[in-house]
Amino acid sequence: MDINVFRGLMSVVLLFAFLGIIAWAYSKKQKKSFDEAANLPFADEAENDDPNQDASSSLENKKHD
Amino acid sequence: MSTAIEHSTYNYKVVRQFAIMTVVWGIVGMLVGVWIAAQLAWPLLNFDLPWTSFGRLRPLHTNAVIFAFGGSALFATSYYVVQRTCQVRLISDKLAAFTFWGWQLVILLAAITLPLGLTQGKEYAELIWPIDALIAVVWVSYAAVFIGTIYKRKTSHIYVANWFFAAFILTVAVLHIVNSMQLPTSLTHSYSIYAGATDAMVQWWYGHNAVGFFLTAGFLGMMYYFVPKQAERPVYSYRLSIVHFWALICVYMWAGPHHLHYTALPDWAQSVGMVMSLILLAPSWGGMINGMMTLSGAWHKLRTDPILRFLVVSLSFYGMSTFEGPMMSIKTVNALSHYTDWTVGHVHAGALGWVAMISIGSVYHMIPRLFGKKDMHSVDLINVHFWLSTVGTVLYITSMWVNGIMQGLMWRAVNADGTLMYTFIESVEASHPGFIVRWLGGVLWLTGMLIMAYNVYMTVSSKASEKAAAQTA
Ligand code: HEM
Ligand code: HEM
Repeated sequence: MDINVFRGLMSVVLLFAFLGIIAWAYSKKQKKSFDEAANLPFADEAENDDPNQDASSSLENKKHD
Repeated sequence: MSTAIEHSTYNYKVVRQFAIMTVVWGIVGMLVGVWIAAQLAWPLLNFDLPWTSFGRLRPLHTNAVIFAFGGSALFATSYYVVQRTCQVRLISDKLAAFTFWGWQLVILLAAITLPLGLTQGKEYAELIWPIDALIAVVWVSYAAVFIGTIYKRKTSHIYVANWFFAAFILTVAVLHIVNSMQLPTSLTHSYSIYAGATDAMVQWWYGHNAVGFFLTAGFLGMMYYFVPKQAERPVYSYRLSIVHFWALICVYMWAGPHHLHYTALPDWAQSVGMVMSLILLAPSWGGMINGMMTLSGAWHKLRTDPILRFLVVSLSFYGMSTFEGPMMSIKTVNALSHYTDWTVGHVHAGALGWVAMISIGSVYHMIPRLFGKKDMHSVDLINVHFWLSTVGTVLYITSMWVNGIMQGLMWRAVNADGTLMYTFIESVEASHPGFIVRWLGGVLWLTGMLIMAYNVYMTVSSKASEKAAAQTA
C-alpha cells in the first residue's frame, strides 16, 4: 500500500475511534455507572467515619443535576 | 511524624513522607530559583566560582522544582488517591518505601553532580547515566505499586484521577528510557545513541511530553480528586473527563516540534507540531472547564476556603498557559518569542501558577488527614500563602512578558541599511528592571513556602486532636 493511502486511512480510523469514544461516553447507558464512578472520592467516607468530613458524609451520591 | 497513628487500611506512611518532602524540596528548589533570578539581575552573585555559576545552578533549579518538588507531590497524591478511591492498601509497603528512598537518592545525587558540572547536556534530562539507570528502576517500581494497587481494587470503577496518574507514570517511563539511550564511555560520561536532528527531535519529544505528562497529566489527576473533594461535590462532567483524557493523551505526543521551529528539523515536522499544538487547546480547556464547573453552586466556598482558592486559581493559570502555549506554537509568533524571556514567563505561568499551586492546595488538604488532625494549624496563614503566591506569580509572568516582547523586538530591529539597530548587550541592559521584578516575585513565592513549612510543622506537632487521630481516615 502506498504510504500516503495508509496515512489517509489512519486518519479516518482515528477520527472514527474518537467519535466512538464520544458516542460511548455520552450514551445514556453509561450514565448510571459514571455517576457511581464520579462519587468514588466520597465513597470511602461512610465506612471510615472521617472526622474531617462530617459535613460531607451526608452528601453521599451528590449529583450535578 | 511520631504523633500520627497508623491507618487501619491504608499505607499513609509513604504518603506522609512524600508530602513532607514536597514542602522541603519546594523550598530548596525555589531558593535556587530565587538565587539564579538574582544572578541574572546582579551577576556578582555567581561568586566567580564554577560550582555556583548560573550555568550549573540553572539545571539544579529545574531538576529540584520539577522532579524533587513536583515529583514528591505526584508520588504523595497518587499514592493517597489510588488507595482512597480503590479502597485498598498499596499492593506492597516495601516497594512503596523503596520508591521513596530511591527517589530521594536520585535527588541527592542530582544535587551533588549538577554543581560539579556533570551533565549530559539534554534539558530536563541532564543527569548522568548511572542516575538515569537508578531513575528507571525507581520509576518501574512506582508503576508496579500504582498499577498493582489499581488491579486489586475493591471498587468496580477506576476513578478518572487514576487514569491520569497511570498515563503519567507509564508515559514518563517510556519517555525516560527512550531519551536516555546512550553509550557510556566512563562512569560519568556517555554519548547519546541518537545524532543530529534525530537527537534534537527525540530530546524534544521527551521534553514536551515531560511537560504534557509530568507537569500536566499527573497534576490533572490531582485536580480530579482534590477539587471535587475540597468543594464537596463530584466532578462537573464525568463524560467530559473521559473525552478530554483520550484527546489529551493522543494529541500531546505530536506537539514536540514546536520547541524546534526554524531549526534543522524538516519543515513539515515543524508544521505538524504547530497544528497539533493548536488542537491541544481544546482538550486542555476541557480539563480546566471541568474543574472550574465542579464549583458551580459552591462558589461561595471560595470566600472562606483558601485551599479551594489555591486549587481554583491553579486552574485559571492552567487555562492561561494552555492558551498562551498554542499561540507561541504559531511559527510567526514563535519567531518573536523564541529564546526570549517570554518562554520563561510561559514556563512559570504553568510551573508556579498551575503545577505549584495545585500541589500546594492538595498538600494542605492532605496534611491534617494524614496526621490525624482536624485542620491545618492556621487557616489564616494558608490565606497569606495564597496571596503571596498569586501576587508572586503575576509579578513573574508580567515582567517576563514585557522583557520577552522587548527582547524579541530589539533583536529583530534593523536600520535602513540592513544592520542591526541594537547590540545584544543593549537588550540585556534593557531587561534589568524586569529581572528585578521577577526576582521579587520569586522572593514572595519563597516566603509563602516558608510560611507553609511553619504551618505544616505546627499542624503535625500539635497535640490538639489526638482523639480525632484515633479514628481518622
Ligand atoms: C521561587 C520561584 C521561582 C523562581 C524565582 C524561578 C526562577 C527561574 C529562573 C531565573 C530561571 C532561568 C531563566 C533563564 O534562563 O532566563 C528558571 C528556569 C526554569 N524554572 Fe523556575 N523559578 C521558580 C520556580 C519554579 C517552579 C516551581 C518550577 C516548576 C515546577 C520552575 C521551572 C522552571 C523551568 C522548567 C525552567 C527552565 C525554563 C526554560 O528553559 O525555558 N521554576 N526559573
Ligand atoms: C496546550 C498546551 C501548551 C502548548 C501548546 C505549549 C507550547 C509551548 C511553546 C510553543 C513553547 C516555546 C518553545 C520555544 O520557543 O522554545 C513552550 C515552552 C515551554 N512550555 Fe509550554 N505549552 C503548553 C502548556 C504548558 C504547560 C501547562 C506547562 C507547564 C506546566 C508548559 C511548560 C513549558 C516549558 C517548561 C517550556 C520551556 C521548554 C524549554 O525551552 O526549556 N507548557 N510551550
